[in-house]
Order: sequence, then structure tokens, then C-alpha cells
Amino acid sequence: MSLNLRATVVSLLFLIIVLGIWETLNQPPEATEALSEYELLMGGADQEARVPPPSQVAEHAWSELSNPFYDAGPNDKGIGIQLAYSLYRVLTGYFAAALIAIPLGFVIGMSPLMYKALNPFIQILRPISPLAWMPLALFVIKDSERSAIFVIFICSIWPMLINTAFGVANVRNDWVRVAQTHELSPLRTAFTVILPAAAPTILTGMRISIGIAWLVIVAAEMLVGGTGIGYYVWNEWNNLDLNSVIFSILMIGFVGMLLDMALSGVSRLVQYEE
Amino acid sequence: MTKPFLSIEGLTKRFSAKGKAEDLVVFDDVFLNIEQGEFVCIIGHSGCGKSTILNILAGLDEPTSGGVIMDGKEIAGPSLDRGVVFQNYSLLPWLSALQNVIFGVKARWPNWTKGKVEEHSRKYLEMVGLGASMHRKPAQLSGGMRQRVSIARAFATQPKLLLLDEPFGALDALTRGVIQDELIKIWSESHQTVFMITHDVDEAILLADRILLMTNGPNARVAESVKVSLPRPRERAQIIEHPGYYKIRNHLVNFLVKRSGELAGTKNSDRQHPENIDPLAESPEPVPADPPARAKSDRPLRSVS
Ligand SMILES: Nc1ncnc2c1ncn2[C@@H]1O[C@H](COP(=O)(O)OP(=O)(O)O)[C@@H](O)[C@H]1O
Ligand SMILES: [Mg+2]
Repeated sequence: MSLNLRATVVSLLFLIIVLGIWETLNQPPEATEALSEYELLMGGADQEARVPPPSQVAEHAWSELSNPFYDAGPNDKGIGIQLAYSLYRVLTGYFAAALIAIPLGFVIGMSPLMYKALNPFIQILRPISPLAWMPLALFVIKDSERSAIFVIFICSIWPMLINTAFGVANVRNDWVRVAQTHELSPLRTAFTVILPAAAPTILTGMRISIGIAWLVIVAAEMLVGGTGIGYYVWNEWNNLDLNSVIFSILMIGFVGMLLDMALSGVSRLVQYEE
Repeated sequence: MTKPFLSIEGLTKRFSAKGKAEDLVVFDDVFLNIEQGEFVCIIGHSGCGKSTILNILAGLDEPTSGGVIMDGKEIAGPSLDRGVVFQNYSLLPWLSALQNVIFGVKARWPNWTKGKVEEHSRKYLEMVGLGASMHRKPAQLSGGMRQRVSIARAFATQPKLLLLDEPFGALDALTRGVIQDELIKIWSESHQTVFMITHDVDEAILLADRILLMTNGPNARVAESVKVSLPRPRERAQIIEHPGYYKIRNHLVNFLVKRSGELAGTKNSDRQHPENIDPLAESPEPVPADPPARAKSDRPLRSVS
């Protein structure tokens, strides 16, 4: 049996064990005693403490996924619509960040002066939690939608900026010399030698960034509300609909994985072996 | 007298050494001439400044003082007129062998059509025997094959001067022999002027019209210019049968073992130029005077104006 096949079997085994434990531990307790008045008021004793078993979640997931794009007013939209809102914000903020981080990273990587001049700013701005920007963003931009995009922008810019600068600064001197001895203009050198040489490092930065952006969007949407997967999770928690909470947690993981796979696919295209 | 094709005039290179009051003088006041079409090798112990000279010729490094004039113009910065082959091949790893050569050809003739660029590039790759593997990336090629790509790229751009910095230094002896043969072949078709660094005495004799010998550094100088008047075309197997071969070889080895150290730090008797030596002319029984095929370096090289 090949390693891949064996790994798949073991994976499935783990999945079955975990789901099995989850399922058996979360059976509703048998109503042995009569419910107290308070419990009756709350609609049943088991409601508060019990996580729904996987069979229930799966059932719920099936019904949500069979109609992901329904829109029944501001508090009831399909999972597909919520994810689309989040993806739109993440990708807008992310590509805006790439548009600035990559050229700026090039400049920093090529010029020791710019590196030294900008480094203090980067060092101070980078460790700030992106959510700390939220109040300021809301105050300045006065629009919750764009503030969320700004928060994504600010959190995805650093890995791309730093990796681009690092990749560009560390292009092998031999390759720069090849460009020089062939009398390439600085612009052609940048595009035909430095960019392909630094591309794997730049893509690594882009991959880290998209991961962080997807982490941050959930929290940002919990704060600003309205739409998006983060808002959805929080809203379903307020509705005490744990089926939806668990389902959306899984969807967040799934979409995050797809984003990472997309970036790793691109990074494989620019990879080279020395 | 006409100006030589390339003249190195009063070349000096110093590095300011960390924490020391005195600079490191790599070499001081070097004068050299190279004629058009000449194949010149330079030998010296490591650290004597060979690469530094070559990089100055390439325009990648600047001398502290002095200068180099090629074809009537002073060298300032790198140029397509001077092709360089480095010891570590310097191929772009994300391009295939063919694309690496195309990279050079396109830079040299930006107005050529795509088809013409590719045809020209293929021709040179075939010349070095890489016709079958031109679509492979450098990582999929052996060291010898990579160096051939690098040589093909340099020759394909047809520079006026070709600079080779220990091009075979990292290769095993067998591969080195094969590529030396290819270098001879491609060079005899192009008649390019070549300046090559090597640490292999036999390689220098096989390839060069003239071998420059450098004393040990610091403060090195080019002490001797040894003429290799063995007939061309030269073949590795036959050349060692030639009665003159060991005369030249002994002279070179003797220099490297003894005189390179003894002469270190001294000045040339003619302050400017290395001493011209022809080990075969000194021989008591005259060697059959096969006129070298391309003996432009016959006349003494003291012709600086
Ligand atoms: N950038 C540099 N800074 C200081 N010293 C250097 C530098 N580059 C070369 N050198 C010194 O110059 C001398 C000549 O170096 P090089 O030309 O590489 O020698 P070779 O090629 O003959 O082995 C060496 O002693 C080396 O240490
Ligand atoms: Mg060297």
C-alpha cells in the first residue's frame, strides 16, 4: 500500500473515532425528573450545556449547502452570501496591500538607504494588532465596510513588504552581474532578473499574508457586524444556534484552506531549483 | 606603432583593510597589452589578484588608479563588448539552457526577430554539444553542461573580448578535457580575443598563445609573459609529444613553485611590462619552426606609446 493510501486510511480512522466520541458524549440526557419551573421557562434543561452531535450538524450543513445563496433579509442570508462578503473584503484589502507592498519592497530591497530609513517605521507598525486600527479606521473612514477592508490591508501588508524586500536584497550577486554584463537597463533588470529571482520569497510572503487576512476578517466582522462570515458566527451564537456556529467554523477552515492552496499553486509556478 | 587592441595601463587596486592603517595593495602599476584575436591565459597563486584584474576588465570592478583601453576607448562599466564566463556558471536557474542563451542574444541584438534570436542561440548550443538538452533547466544539467551553456551564451553574444574566470575550476578532469576541446573548436571558428584565468598549467599550454605569470600577492605583479609557440590546431594527445611541450611546462611550473614567491614584492626590470619569454627560442636545438597559426603576438609586447 502506498504511503498516501495508508495516510488516507489513518485519517479516516481518526475522523470516525473523533466523530464517534463526539456523537456518544452528546446524546440528550434522559428526562428523569420533572423539569423545574425555571427550566421550563428556559425551554428545556439540556439546551444550555449541550453541543449538538455531528449527525445534527451534518444535517444542518446539508440543508445550508443545498441552498447557500438564499437571502431572507439582513439577519438571514445563506452561507454562500456571507462567505462571498468576507472573501470580497479579504481579496480587496489583500490586493490593495500587494499593490503597495511589492513595489515598495522592491525599493527597500534595492536601496540600503531606503531600507535603513524605513526600517524603524516597519518595526513599530508591524507588531500592532490589526484590530487595534479599527476604531481609528472607523473614525477616519466613517464606513464599516471600508474599515474592515482597511484592517485587512494593514494586516496583509507586512509579510509581503518584508518578504519582498528580503527577497530582492538577497538576489544572488552573480545574477545581478549577468544583467550588468548584458547591459540591461535598471527596469529590465528588475523585471527579467530580480523579480523572477525573488519571486519564491515574495510568494511566501503573499501566502503568509492571505492566511493572516483570513484569520483577521472573522474578528473584524464580529466587530463591525452587518454581513460576512465573522458576523454570521457571532449572530448565530446570539441566536444560540450552535449547529450553525459549528457549521460556519468548519466553512471558515475550508475556505482558508482553499485560499492557501491557491497561493501555494501560484508559488509552485515561480519556484526554481538552484 | 599601432596601438594594441587592449592595453592595461598603470592598473592599481587597493582595498582599505579593516582596523589597519595601511591599505591592502593587491597589485600596483600593472601594464599589459593584448592583441586582437589573441588567447591569453593568466596563472598565479590564489589571492594574487587575477579575478580582480578580470573584473576590472569586465567593468564590474573599478581600479584604484590606472585604466584599461580597449579598441581606443577607455573601459567604464560593464558592456556587451566584453563577455564574461564565471567559475560558478552564473546561469539564471529559472530559465532553460536555451532561454539562458536567448537572454544574452536578445540583449545583444534587441531588434532581431524572435525566430532569428532563437536560431542563433540554438546554433551556439549545438556547437557546445547541447543540442539535445537545451530545454532543461540548469538544475537538471551537470556542472560540465552548465558551464557549456555559459560558454555558449558568452560566445553567442560575440563580444570583442571574452573573459573567463577559472571556467573549469569546479569540473572533474575528464569533463574539463571535453569542454576544453569544445572551447578550442568554438574559439577557432570565431577568432575571439580571450583573457582566461586558470590554475591548470596543462590547460594553459593547450589553449593559450601567451601565458601571463603573476607573482604572489599582496603587491603582486605580472612578472613574465610566456609565449606558447606550439603549432595549432593543438590536440591534447599530440601536444604532449611535442619536444617543446615540457620546456614550456617546466618553465611554468618552476615559476609557480619557486619564482612566484621569490619575486613577490619586487619590481619588473622594465618597470612597466612583464618580461617576454619564449622557452622554445632558448632551446639549443632549434625546434621546427612551425609558424603558429595565429601568431600575432610575435613581436615584442613593449609597444605602449
Ligand atoms: N572586496 C574585497 N575587499 C577586500 N579585499 C579583497 C576584496 N576582494 C578581493 N580582495 C583581496 O584581494 C586579493 C585578490 O583577490 P582575487 O582577485 O580574488 O584573487 P585570485 O582571483 O587571484 O585568487 C585577495 O587577497 C583578496 O583577499
Ligand atoms: Mg579568483
